[in-house]
Amino acid sequence: MRILLDKFSKSFGTTSVIEDMNLEVGSGEMLALLGPSGCGKSTTLFAICGIHRPTAGRILFGDRDVTNLPSQERNVGVVFQSYALYPHMTVEENIGFPLTVRRVAASDIKKQVAGIAALVHIDNLLDRKPSQLSGGQQQRVALARALIRRPDVLLLDEPLANLDAKLRLEMRSEIRRLQKETGITAILVTHDQVEAMSMCDRIAIMKSGEIVQVATPSQMYQDPRTAFVAGFLGNPPISFLKGKAAHGAFVSTDGKLQMTLPALSGIADGTALTLGIRPEHFGTAGNVPVEGKVTFAETQGRENLYDVVLPDGSVIRSIQPVRDDVTLGDQVRWGIDSKSAFVFAEDGTRL
Amino acid sequence: MSEKSKASANFSSIPVIALLGLLSLPLVVMYAYLILDTVTNSEPGSLVPNEFTLEHWKFLWETRSGKSSIWLVTLNTFIFTCCITGVILLVSSMAGYVLSRLNVPARGFFLAGVMVLHAFPSVTLIISIFIVLQYIGLYNSLIGVILVKAAIDMPLGIWLMKGFYDTVPWEIEMAGIVDGASRFTVWRRLVLPQIKPAIMALGLFSFLTGWSEFILPQVLAPGSQVQVLSVYLASLIADDNNFDFATFKAVGVFYVIPVLILYVFFQKHLMNIYGGGTKG
Repeated sequence: MRILLDKFSKSFGTTSVIEDMNLEVGSGEMLALLGPSGCGKSTTLFAICGIHRPTAGRILFGDRDVTNLPSQERNVGVVFQSYALYPHMTVEENIGFPLTVRRVAASDIKKQVAGIAALVHIDNLLDRKPSQLSGGQQQRVALARALIRRPDVLLLDEPLANLDAKLRLEMRSEIRRLQKETGITAILVTHDQVEAMSMCDRIAIMKSGEIVQVATPSQMYQDPRTAFVAGFLGNPPISFLKGKAAHGAFVSTDGKLQMTLPALSGIADGTALTLGIRPEHFGTAGNVPVEGKVTFAETQGRENLYDVVLPDGSVIRSIQPVRDDVTLGDQVRWGIDSKSAFVFAEDGTRL
Repeated sequence: MSEKSKASANFSSIPVIALLGLLSLPLVVMYAYLILDTVTNSEPGSLVPNEFTLEHWKFLWETRSGKSSIWLVTLNTFIFTCCITGVILLVSSMAGYVLSRLNVPARGFFLAGVMVLHAFPSVTLIISIFIVLQYIGLYNSLIGVILVKAAIDMPLGIWLMKGFYDTVPWEIEMAGIVDGASRFTVWRRLVLPQIKPAIMALGLFSFLTGWSEFILPQVLAPGSQVQVLSVYLASLIADDNNFDFATFKAVGVFYVIPVLILYVFFQKHLMNIYGGGTKG
């Protein structure tokens, strides 16, 4: 089901958290709300599931306006960060609870619980209490409980934050599999860009209550609209260099680095600029040479990660296939791939 | 807290037990004599009983002239205590939830007010309560004294409950709401079970204070038809003509038995109160 936030605003007392937000999630799509903590992504989520009432604006599920409907009448499934399983109930009772409160016949509940439990692979754990389950199993129970009454929307509030690294990988693909299998519209709230990029069809990146950009993960990575988006996506993160415009080229503060960029053709000389270079675009293959000193070297097995300090003190990260000829303190002369560099104006917008 | 504390390997517990045993010996002796004296007679001035008798327990099957039947009094006490426990549990569990979770105007003022009420010794209010009860026609009735006792004990219950509700995570309630349950269902099916230990504790506590309450029934419900055990017991020694110490002791033992039974059955829950608050 399509979800539409139309000029949605939310404030708590006098603090305005979100103002005039517009967002559309297509039917069957999985969208990530990505942003640092405190940017309003959880507030948005809670407004969609009806726990917070919007201060202004509308929320639509399909063509139905649910803005003033209480949670109970909205048919949303939510997986909370802490899972919020009911500790005094068995797994079976937990999953069946949404049906129990709807007074579905007990035999029906049993059948449906068995079905959904098989879908999330916990059919052998139905008699356990939540405290007897591992984190990953609790996560699956929470998912099953959210899915059992075929919600219009599945909302996931940082569902992987409490899992260890290995389980996180596993649950990532698991949640995606379930979402695809059930064809349900889903919104994932997260501050982890890897999660957002790997699990979702589209990402809406948020900053202090506003959506900065909505795009598919690859679009967003290759074509970030602002320096914030560029800095948020990518691991290891992008490096930024300060500089000025001069004759259609980017010139670093000390003037040693000059890079002609087509994006700068109409920009007045002397405009303050920021250059963004992803670590994979700085290395032996680049066309604009830069000299600096290696101050950090780390191997990740398949790749090596280096921090190179330029003479003016700024740092560029580089990621390269494993090589052992560069060590800490070495003077290197590597190149920046100018075609892939991003240039941003002073206010952060991309040029 | 199901695991028993194991004996420490490098620290013997015997001296501690011996010391504690020695210190509590006088208590044991007193309790032993309390029970022993109810079924025996002894020579005046002697501590050693010389005959077995059940005459002190005669009050169980014989009603003395001018006294109410012990069974009526016991029934009254049970009604009194159970009603108090019920009222306190019902009101505190709901009021505590409201104060902990809902947007109540002047919540702080209300909580402080409740606390002030709790700080009031009930005896200071007794005359005004007496007048009020007299006025509304509940003087010398069980209902009247039940309401008064429950009201006086309620502040503590409300505070205790509020404290326990505060520890229940919000997410559980949010999950319940999103799952389609009404706020009341959420409270009854999801939140209340989380604070079961507190309910147990408060229920037990209310039962015990209700069972041992003396001054309120004595003043507000002294009539023989609505007498409770504590008042009955006091009337035994207040009666100078038939001063019977052994019967007094026997009634005392009779009075204590339900409390002992309660302890035997609920000891586990009492132990659990602090240990198992937020399991899961």
